[in-house]
Amino acid sequence: MLILIPLLLPFVTAALVALLGRWPNVRDPIHTLMAMVTFGFVLRILPVVQAGGEPRLELLELFPGLPIAFHVEPLGMLFAMVASGLWIVTSVYGFGYMRGHHEKNQTRFFICFALAIGGALGVAFSANLMTLFVFYEMLTLSTYPLVTHYRDAEARRGGRIYMGILLFTSVCFLLSGVAWTYFAAGTLDFRPGGILAGNIANSDVAILLALFAFGAGKAALMPFHRWLPNAMVAPTPVSALLHAVAVVKAGVFTILKVVVYIFGLDLLQETGANDWLMAVAGGTLIISSMIALTLDNLKARLAYSTISQLSYIVLGAAMATPAGIVGGAMHIAMHAMGKITLFFCAGAIYVGAHKKYISQLDGIGRKMPWTMGAFTIGSISIIGLPPMGGAWGKWFLGIGAVDAGAPIYLGLLMLSSLLSVGYLGPIIGRAYFRPLAEEDEHLHEAPWMCVVPLCITAVGCLVLFVLGDAIYDLVLPIVGGKL
Amino acid sequence: MSTEPSGGADLLSLLIHHLPVFQIIVPLVTAPLIVLLGRRAAWPLATLSAGLCLAISIGLVSLVGEGHPITYALGGWEAPVGIVYVIDYANALLLLIVSMVAAVVMVYARQSVAAEIPEDRHHLFYAALILCMTGLLGISITGDAFNVFVFLEISSLSAYALIAMGKNPRALVAAYRYLVMGTIGGTFVLLGIGMLYQMTGTLNMADLADRLAGPYLLNPDILVAQTSTVRAAFAFMTVGALVKLALVPLHFWLPNCYTYAPSVVSVFLSATATKVSFYVLLRTIFGIFGATMIAQTLQMESLLLVLALIAIVGGSTVAIFQADVKRLLAYSSLAQIGYFVLGLSLNNETALTGSLIHLFGHALMKGGLFMVMGCVAYRLGGTRLEHMAGLGKRMPLTMFAFVLGGLGMIGVPLTTGFVSKWYLVLGAMEAGLGWVVGIVLFSSLLAVAYIWRIVEVAYFRAPPDETRTEAPWGMLIPTYAMIIASIVFGIWTGPLIHIASTAAQNLMGGLH
Repeated sequence: MLILIPLLLPFVTAALVALLGRWPNVRDPIHTLMAMVTFGFVLRILPVVQAGGEPRLELLELFPGLPIAFHVEPLGMLFAMVASGLWIVTSVYGFGYMRGHHEKNQTRFFICFALAIGGALGVAFSANLMTLFVFYEMLTLSTYPLVTHYRDAEARRGGRIYMGILLFTSVCFLLSGVAWTYFAAGTLDFRPGGILAGNIANSDVAILLALFAFGAGKAALMPFHRWLPNAMVAPTPVSALLHAVAVVKAGVFTILKVVVYIFGLDLLQETGANDWLMAVAGGTLIISSMIALTLDNLKARLAYSTISQLSYIVLGAAMATPAGIVGGAMHIAMHAMGKITLFFCAGAIYVGAHKKYISQLDGIGRKMPWTMGAFTIGSISIIGLPPMGGAWGKWFLGIGAVDAGAPIYLGLLMLSSLLSVGYLGPIIGRAYFRPLAEEDEHLHEAPWMCVVPLCITAVGCLVLFVLGDAIYDLVLPIVGGKL
Repeated sequence: MSTEPSGGADLLSLLIHHLPVFQIIVPLVTAPLIVLLGRRAAWPLATLSAGLCLAISIGLVSLVGEGHPITYALGGWEAPVGIVYVIDYANALLLLIVSMVAAVVMVYARQSVAAEIPEDRHHLFYAALILCMTGLLGISITGDAFNVFVFLEISSLSAYALIAMGKNPRALVAAYRYLVMGTIGGTFVLLGIGMLYQMTGTLNMADLADRLAGPYLLNPDILVAQTSTVRAAFAFMTVGALVKLALVPLHFWLPNCYTYAPSVVSVFLSATATKVSFYVLLRTIFGIFGATMIAQTLQMESLLLVLALIAIVGGSTVAIFQADVKRLLAYSSLAQIGYFVLGLSLNNETALTGSLIHLFGHALMKGGLFMVMGCVAYRLGGTRLEHMAGLGKRMPLTMFAFVLGGLGMIGVPLTTGFVSKWYLVLGAMEAGLGWVVGIVLFSSLLAVAYIWRIVEVAYFRAPPDETRTEAPWGMLIPTYAMIIASIVFGIWTGPLIHIASTAAQNLMGGLH
């Protein structure tokens, strides 16, 4: 029951939203309330995991010996808390945004939203690769109607790329990786130390790793990253929660989980199969930061920043060192909080000022002080400076790079921080130091339902810095309890 | 002589004992009865009969589940003299598919047939439909090779008539083409059986397999199976079955039939006829020839592997470019037939299990999708792409059923399509053919392309008018029954996997 209730709640929420569709004033508070309840039930698992317990649940047997089963370990715990916790603020923000915009089909929107969270929690708690794959696909399908919400030509194009890339990678690479693993190891369970050691030829390890790394297309590793900027045609709450948190984190989470519990760090270190992945992640990290520098559309710039930040996590996994894994895991939470703040701000600017482009933001900080203040805090976290949460992830990733004997990646991380100053700094600079355009004199803050959530997540960035120690303690057991 | 069950005149056990023959007698009697009683009684009688058949086949499946295969001697004449019905897991599955689809289709048919078939022919239509079902059930249940041919002709002849009743004049041409191809296929099967009879003097399948392994009378150095006559018989029978199965390159009759046939007929044939033809192929290869003609079987299998892959990729690719959704589904069927054959050609139990699961799953999914098209035709008068525009608004429930069924065709997890794909992929790995895995997985992306093309038109393109014209419940409920069943069996997989894997084991058991 400990696991089942939080898993079911998003689906119950979806059903409730569907039933209450005619009464938006009841539907929306219920949605937020259910999000809170879900988060509460997820938190109930936390003390068990902290105490070293690993609650399990077997739902049904999909194939002989391959059940749909759940098993909460620290990494999944962290991801589940991030997804369900941020769901609460996003639900409030979503109502403000969707109503402020007079969007159509709000009921369908919130149904799919809840389903997507259900998919993310399923991924987080999965006990084997089969379960993970099932929920991974559910996440793709339930977010498609969200991406194409506007039903115009642009949405159709974005949706095609979204489905095309995500299904192509997951079906062609991830599923064949899963099948290969099953064929080689005879099981798909996530086990500490991995299940592949001794079951697969050393020369095949790198190929299998590639199937997983590119198969988890949601991690947006280049060259399979284009779906992410294209998904920005979706309403901003979707970009915020799903394409900065739930969906993309499901991708990197899959890679982390596979590296730790399927391959095992030792196997990767012995075979050196991870070297190329470090290079690809490093390349993605730098290239996407550079692309971000060139973009004027605020959401698109944030999207490329997301691609770059996701590669941090993939890089951490690819290092196959304890510090790298811990850094990657921590960065899941840290980046989520920072990036959701930035997207909330982008949405608030759009709702309040109807501006999409960075070049239009001159002097806007004076008219939207809360929004731009939060944007500044979020940016600092993304850049990775104390006293924001983002600093921790980078710190451990840096240690991991040195441990892995590849200090060049430490340099790459530094360079990337500089680049992120380059693509985020000018936005803040414009907003505060450029004079306001005359036609913008009438501007004011976005509705409070948008502003309050983004202030909360901005504070959250600060809180995560303080909580860094607690998160570190939580995730340490996945690498055997010591760095 | 078969003995009455000991314990005497207990009616129930008598019934259970004779259950196999009722599977055929019930519909066989119903068909002329419908013609005699006329059009008012047609639908109720047909539905009742199909329902009874479903109950009987469920009973047979559970009887088989209790242990060894059921053998029933017709009229008490034991094999090899008389005709026997032999039911094991493989054909119990087929019986279940045919009768289940028939039962659901009959419920669906009332409104669809009323709209598409002239009223004065209703009773003929239902009689032909029931006859067609009888034929398909007969092919599945019998253990006698000649009997297979007889039932094959019953089902084919009634299918020609059914297809020809389509409203579009081209239905007639399609039926005629099918008649020519079907007759060639049937004749090939008959020729093969004739040659086998000449060489062995028996028509019973099990007996045939035994005698093929015996020494050849005229030249005791070789086995009967090694004579060129038997080899020719092998070729005739497999090619005949392949024509009926519509495996590329013998598929040309199929797309037009499915496109122009009345909706109900498209549903029924797409969901059952090709499955039964595949079963004939299975029995021919594994039941009759497999044990003695290993070399030829292996050669045949490697040929089939190539053809299957061509069918999978080609069928799906051509489907993407179709402007009529029924035709699109027909080409998709060609690809799915490729999957069946692929599982057979990989020559291991895992892959064959995948094939058998796919038979079942595809019957549900494709039947359901054709039912959706029947609903669209019922309301909008056609199934071309322009009819689909804005369908998400005009017929939201119908269209959602299409999306769910489409996800099954793609093989999304938690649908039956995924279960069979998983087994086929594992089977290909077991056979050491990694590239086949790649093709199978890639082909599911082609399915995404042809399904999503429709989905986009239905949800993104503006409808000609916005009024909601949902299909009647009498058609929607059976449609959803099929679609939801395809999902339920993709989640609650235990029984299906058990039946399919045991059947695969039994079939392959003849080889190893």
